[in-house]
Amino acid sequence: MPYQRIKFYQTGSLAVGNRLLAEDQRSVQSTAGRSNALTCGHRACQGCGEALGARYALDAVHRATQGQMIAVNATGCLEVFSTPFPETSWQIAWLHSLFGNAPAVASGVAAALKAMGRTDIRVVGQGGDGGTVDIGMACLSGMFERNDDVLYICYDNQAYMNTGVQRSGATPPAARTATTQAVGREPGNRFGQGKNVPLIAMAHEIGYVATATVADLRDLEYKATRAMDFHGARYLHILVPCPLGWGSAPADTIKVARLATESGLFPVFEAETGAVTSSTPIRHRVPVTDYLRIQARYAHLFRPRERTEVIARIQAAADRNIARFGLMPADISAERTGLPAPVPVTSPAGLGLEGR
Amino acid sequence: MFQVRFHGRGGQGVVTAAELLASAAFSEGRHAQAFPSFGSERMGAPVMSFCRIDDQPIRTHEPVTEPDALIIQDPTLLHQAELFAGLGRDGYMLVNSARGFGELGLGEFVRDFRRDRLLVVPASSLALTHLGRPLPGAALLGGFAALTWAVSLDSVLAAINDKFSGPVADGNAEAARAAFGFVRDEREALVREALSDA
Amino acid sequence: MLKQVEGSRAVAEAVAMCRPQVICAYPITPQTHIVEALSAMVKDETLNAEFLNVESEFAAMSVAIGASAAGARAYTATASQGLLYMSEAVWNAAGLGLPIVMTVANRAIGAPINIWNDHSDAMSQRDAGWLQLYAETNQEALDLHVQAFRIAEELSVPVMVCMDGFLLTHASERVDVPAQTQVDAFLPRYEPRQVLDPAEPVSIGAMVGPEAFTEVRYLAYQRMRQALDVIGATAAGFAGQFGRPSGGLVRPYRTGDAEIVVAALGSVLGTVKDTVDELRADGHKIGVLGINTYRPFPADAVREALGGARHVVVLERALAPGSGGIVTADIRAALDPQARRISTVIAGLGGRAVTRKSLRGLLAQAGELPPLTFLDLDTGLVDRELARMRAARRSGPSPENMLRDLGITASRIG
Repeated sequence: MPYQRIKFYQTGSLAVGNRLLAEDQRSVQSTAGRSNALTCGHRACQGCGEALGARYALDAVHRATQGQMIAVNATGCLEVFSTPFPETSWQIAWLHSLFGNAPAVASGVAAALKAMGRTDIRVVGQGGDGGTVDIGMACLSGMFERNDDVLYICYDNQAYMNTGVQRSGATPPAARTATTQAVGREPGNRFGQGKNVPLIAMAHEIGYVATATVADLRDLEYKATRAMDFHGARYLHILVPCPLGWGSAPADTIKVARLATESGLFPVFEAETGAVTSSTPIRHRVPVTDYLRIQARYAHLFRPRERTEVIARIQAAADRNIARFGLMPADISAERTGLPAPVPVTSPAGLGLEGR
Repeated sequence: MFQVRFHGRGGQGVVTAAELLASAAFSEGRHAQAFPSFGSERMGAPVMSFCRIDDQPIRTHEPVTEPDALIIQDPTLLHQAELFAGLGRDGYMLVNSARGFGELGLGEFVRDFRRDRLLVVPASSLALTHLGRPLPGAALLGGFAALTWAVSLDSVLAAINDKFSGPVADGNAEAARAAFGFVRDEREALVREALSDA
Repeated sequence: MLKQVEGSRAVAEAVAMCRPQVICAYPITPQTHIVEALSAMVKDETLNAEFLNVESEFAAMSVAIGASAAGARAYTATASQGLLYMSEAVWNAAGLGLPIVMTVANRAIGAPINIWNDHSDAMSQRDAGWLQLYAETNQEALDLHVQAFRIAEELSVPVMVCMDGFLLTHASERVDVPAQTQVDAFLPRYEPRQVLDPAEPVSIGAMVGPEAFTEVRYLAYQRMRQALDVIGATAAGFAGQFGRPSGGLVRPYRTGDAEIVVAALGSVLGTVKDTVDELRADGHKIGVLGINTYRPFPADAVREALGGARHVVVLERALAPGSGGIVTADIRAALDPQARRISTVIAGLGGRAVTRKSLRGLLAQAGELPPLTFLDLDTGLVDRELARMRAARRSGPSPENMLRDLGITASRIG
């Protein structure tokens, strides 16, 4: 569709899809001239958070690079639903190799472009949580360590969705998956240590690390765009709810993502060279139960009986995130939210939160 | 074809010595092959290397089981019977030692061979003197040249100067020359002795 | 220019002259000297390329895949365990049709861990869709890399150049290193058949289901058949331009009137030829068939080279534990079973030396060879372990028991 500028004579309102805003303030998605790097016709489920997140992120990168970009995709939902033979919904140069090697393949593309004197073309590597957190971790770490010029995007739907919702290293505690069923004494995923890849990325002290969700389009676009200001290794971790795997309503995808951030379970922040530079404050804090209740993967925490001790542990994790990343402005009192005040915790060295 | 087997310990430059010998032969326009015995690399462990020299291209890749010459870089290996495996009665042997075969406990052993072809040379001390480090390889090659004439001293020196540079090259070359002289003299003495016995 | 250098060095110089644009490697014995030499050349800017020190062999092949898909000439090297570790990516590269060249410094696969030469590594990937070329000498190893890039890029198929670990990689031999101008004249710039280009975006690596998978694989099979011609033509072109025979499909030696022919791959051929010369001098009508290209398997060339020989002895440096010889199976498929007797000799596993003496003993009595035999097998060692296993359930790890049985091995020569 050709790009068209639409003039509206109403001002001072955001009502008409934000076309009243100055151009440089409009989201990429609101422009008719957006690239649709991932265009329609793909086979994603109704309400798929990953399809949304990928389109948001890649269209932003496309604009930031004037289309001079190549994407390398790991095996997974995104790769499968976007390229059902003989069709492809990618309108950008796109390569899929294997499950565990997307960061390394992206490094190879970047090296080739450098060798051929084409550093004007930028490289995005992308994959789901499985391909990033688990099987791709070694390649990801290698790419970080070498500081290869790649933006790696992880679309985190917290399980191996494409193969039938099996647990991954990113699956949160207590969540039901096909390999952590809601049966037995400890139904759902066990409480482990988790694998916080944004923090791991920060530990590599790469130039730019950020988290985002599909609930805040502008924030996600901003971060994808900002990432392209840097050269070297960069990491973007996007929470993308999966209605099928999470057991949430397809229409609730954005809502679920918002509740993840507003409960404190998914901190939204930016970091540079190993230190947090900004975090998105929680505007309306909610208890974790608001988030858990609308996902069938947590149904066993409420029926046949409410597992208050498990919920309390999840709440404690959210509280820790809020304290650790400074997600609550200090003046919000306990009475207003009905929740205990966040317990101040000594920030681990490197989070750069001293003096906040 | 002339086949040489080197014996020593890891870290003594046994592999380098074989390569230098190959390089020397190459500079004479001959075909040469040098390779180590391929153990896990470990300082102090017994190692071997091999060198073949020929006027035809060398096709085989088996280890040298019937050496025409043995070069023993470390006399502490001499107690191992396999060290001498395959050496024919007309074979050459050069041992890095300041002591004679009698003192080394090989007095009986050498009687089965040609007396003027089994010699010792104090290569480590020559190296210490000229190079400042007890790495006997270059010196042993100088001695080897005098013993067998399989390569000339000039070729050995050319190989040394090709591989090394500066004071290291000079030191090694000096040690090689000194060893050459030592072995040449030792050999001449043995030959005279044999003639006078006859 | 004639040089006396280690095989690894010769290969590194050849690869450098092929103007690779991306080199990525993970160190593994006995390939290390190749990649060390290349990394030094890149670092001191003698070679203009990107060199990536990757975190695993899997990453190495993956980086090569990305680089090749983006239009760069890509190279890597590995052996043994490393080749297995990158196996998924090896198959992926072939399936994607990327003309990557890789040196495999042939080494045995564990357990038990073994750093010495045999062919089990490359053999494990024989169906991955890569071309496999085997070098007999360091000269040929050098030459094959130059040919490999040209063959790979012409066909859009990756090529493995196999050279025996230690026996060739760590042996110093005389080689003729070509001039850069000669290599440039022989190897043109890489013109990809498919490439990631924002100006003309394509999707590479889509899923293909039952509706087209067979056809995609059939094309790969066709390319392999085409490779037989391309390899032959490239070798002929190489001989014309560089003045020496190198590569090609097979290399017969004294097979003209041979009644027995020994077939083998790699550096052992040199030892076999020396042995055959001795046997010929004693009146045996025996010849040698070097198989230079193993994949695709040059069935027609093999059949033709064997001529009227009644007995083929296949000397294998690898073992298929469930069936016996590996190359034997390919040779058998190429021949008329009625007309020829085929004997498999498993030799040189895990770096055991293949000696003229043992070969001579074996071949002089070739008439008595069973269908499958292991050269220089220490039956006593085997029997003693079997006895231990019969005596107690918890007999312990067999390899360790047998090593203990052998005593000190450091001073062994052969």
